[in-house]
Amino acid sequence: MVAYFTEIFNGLLSLFIGMGITFKEFFKPTVTVAYPYETLTMCARYRGHIELVPDEEGNPKCVVCGLCEKACPSDCISLAGEKPEGGKKKELTKYNLDFTRCSLCGSCVESCSFGAIDFSKEYNLASTRKEDFIFNLLQRLEEKKK
Amino acid sequence: MRLTLINVVIAVVAAIAFAALNAAYLVWAERRGAARIQRRPGPNINGPFGLLQPPLDGIKLMAKQLTIPGGADKAMFIAAPILAMFPAIMSFVTIPFSDTIVAKNMNVGILMIFAFASMGGMSLVFAGWSSRNKYAMMSSVRAVSQAVAYEIPMLITTITVVMITGSMDLMEIVRQQSGSILHWNIFPVLGNSHNLLMPFSFLIFFTCTLAETNRAPFDLGEAESELVAGFHTEYGSMGFGLFFMGEYANIVVGSCLTTILFLGGWNCPFGLFPGVWWFILKLYLLIGTFIWIRWTFPRTTIYGLLNLSWKILIPLSLFNLLFTAGLLKVF
Amino acid sequence: MNAPILLQPDETFILNVGPQHPATHGVLRVKMEMSGEYIVNAETVIGYIHRMHEKMGELKTYPQFLMNLSRMDYLGALGYSHCHVLVVEKASGIVVPERAEYIRAIMVELNRIASHLFWFGAFVMDLGGFSPLMYALQDREHILDMLEAVTGSRLTYCYFRFGGLYNDIDDDFIAAARRFIPRMRKSLKKYKALVTGNIIFRKRLEGIAPLTPEMCRKYGASSAVARGSGINFDVRRNEPYSVYPEFDFDIPVYHECDSLARYMVRMDEIEQSLRIVEQGLDKLPGGPIMPDKKPKIIKPPAGDYYQAVETARGSFGVRLVSDGGKNPYRLKLRSPTYSNMHLFDEACRGMMIMDALAFMGSLDLVIPEIDR
Repeated sequence: MVAYFTEIFNGLLSLFIGMGITFKEFFKPTVTVAYPYETLTMCARYRGHIELVPDEEGNPKCVVCGLCEKACPSDCISLAGEKPEGGKKKELTKYNLDFTRCSLCGSCVESCSFGAIDFSKEYNLASTRKEDFIFNLLQRLEEKKK
Repeated sequence: MRLTLINVVIAVVAAIAFAALNAAYLVWAERRGAARIQRRPGPNINGPFGLLQPPLDGIKLMAKQLTIPGGADKAMFIAAPILAMFPAIMSFVTIPFSDTIVAKNMNVGILMIFAFASMGGMSLVFAGWSSRNKYAMMSSVRAVSQAVAYEIPMLITTITVVMITGSMDLMEIVRQQSGSILHWNIFPVLGNSHNLLMPFSFLIFFTCTLAETNRAPFDLGEAESELVAGFHTEYGSMGFGLFFMGEYANIVVGSCLTTILFLGGWNCPFGLFPGVWWFILKLYLLIGTFIWIRWTFPRTTIYGLLNLSWKILIPLSLFNLLFTAGLLKVF
Repeated sequence: MNAPILLQPDETFILNVGPQHPATHGVLRVKMEMSGEYIVNAETVIGYIHRMHEKMGELKTYPQFLMNLSRMDYLGALGYSHCHVLVVEKASGIVVPERAEYIRAIMVELNRIASHLFWFGAFVMDLGGFSPLMYALQDREHILDMLEAVTGSRLTYCYFRFGGLYNDIDDDFIAAARRFIPRMRKSLKKYKALVTGNIIFRKRLEGIAPLTPEMCRKYGASSAVARGSGINFDVRRNEPYSVYPEFDFDIPVYHECDSLARYMVRMDEIEQSLRIVEQGLDKLPGGPIMPDKKPKIIKPPAGDYYQAVETARGSFGVRLVSDGGKNPYRLKLRSPTYSNMHLFDEACRGMMIMDALAFMGSLDLVIPEIDR
């Protein structure tokens, strides 16, 4: 009989303790970020999709060695380059990133010994079309230059 | 008040408007309250403080197609959501908000409210049974045992109150509690029974109200982590909307009844300025507690729920009934 | 119109829980044969999210496979990566600098706390309480922010490298981790009062779903499932790896065998992980995070290698068979939840559906990790 009443009493007490905790939480400030209206800045090491790094003149630093293409586990990167007439170095003519397959592992950035690619800080990527995620990075760089 | 046609129409319209408005805006209050407890802002985009959210939700629900699953019992399927909303609205007819604001006072007011409340359980059974869905059917079976188990302690506790006041008239019950908090049935030191066990009766009644309105932690009917959405799994559109509003309308009725039976209706705790505002204040404090409880506790099990009713609530409420009867004899 | 269902009194019916169901947390399907609310028989059906990770391991070179491991278990990803890098380092004889190994341990333990917090929230939500999930996520958010600042990603990390790490930690991280430890301890007290002590919660778990130690051994269960049944086994202690022998921590073991015991083990593990992080930060040596000598192309000599680690979900093992080439000949991933889950079929017989789903929650299933 005593056990019966102590159980009721302890049970009720535990319920009131729980309600006390949620009551306290009720008056604390909110912790969320109202996402589309406010945004957070990404941290310095944030890994978005990759982007070509320009040199001082705004041209890609890339020397078309193709190491990133080989390092990529998912065959996302396809690039091409050709030697301009009279030039010594190869020049980049095409750099496409298939972001639908990219898993943001960063192998490409690590493999690049020229610092020619880097992570972007972009994360607002949403589209209803698959083609929107095949990025022409060379074109993006040129747009940035302007 | 004479029972003329105009009076009846006004009363019915007012009752429906009050129930519907409450149902719609309690959804908002629940979402805001839950969000505050979880330290989120809650709906705050549509209108100031998100106050336009309920009408917009209503429009969205009405714009959706009402689908009736193949093999469902069509008549029952359509009747169920109406049955969820209608008893709650009917109950408002006899609930006195103050000594003047009441649609139709009856001397068996409590009886009428309980008669309609027991119909609320039927809507769950109808919905679950007619949906032809296994989850919904399991939910309706649960709802039956839950409704049976919790009407008993609720009625016994009500009888205790009726014994003290000697009337089933809701107005009369409130009138007898007039005065300060010490005259109220929750703590009747100066009342006519002097029963100090009444706070426990209040807790029992409140628990039963939670269970009768299918609110957490007794929301076994719609236990979403087990039965997906329970009895309204197959409902969309306004069918779902009516269930939703019915739930909140039932909460309002339950809280009104608790206020009248235990918290002295429209009386002030200090015996000053009695009026409808006190009633409204108490009503919404109780509803706030409903919301607060829902977002604090996990759900009980079906056997835990039945154990609580049959092993704890019914014996205790019976004991209090006897105790009150003895006290009334002594004093 | 279909004919109405007419059930005989002793007839059972089949209830399909999943692949889309709120309680299965993913695409797990459980075919339950029910008699009313009681489960007569249950059969777990897996494979809805099978992605052939093992085959991918054979087709890709060693560094290319690194990021796959974090896709297996998206909640406690670092533990899985840890195992993979350890086995490849063991096979190819790469010596990891001490600092890197310490940082790995700190990161894995932080990730374990994050995983347990998410499990805690989801488990209470399975039982119908929603607010604890939000509180748990708030604490988890701090860990994810810390890990993001170092690794660059929040969930599917690709942080460990053969021989070391991708990035070194900075003072900001150390300060944030030090701030986090007392905060988490305070939160644990809150969870204890709000959830662990709650009578409804205890009533739902106490004595429910008893798993005997024999049964755990039979199915190869590990993690809190085994430790809640009185089996004192933790890979960190029984087969020490990395720098775990340097740390002073306890292995929580409960002998009640019920769902509450499994819950208590995980809650205690959060505290133990905090202790490891604390000690790791104190003992953190200086030095490089990558070895000076590291083969350019990883080609482990032919042989058969195995390494097990204790992840948030139990003992995870990678068996690597190398033929000396650039790709593994065979890469077998032993996932702990796969074993833990198969307990469910046998243990849930005769249980009520709500108890069975609470029991399933206490197993801490992550479906992509079962299917790999």
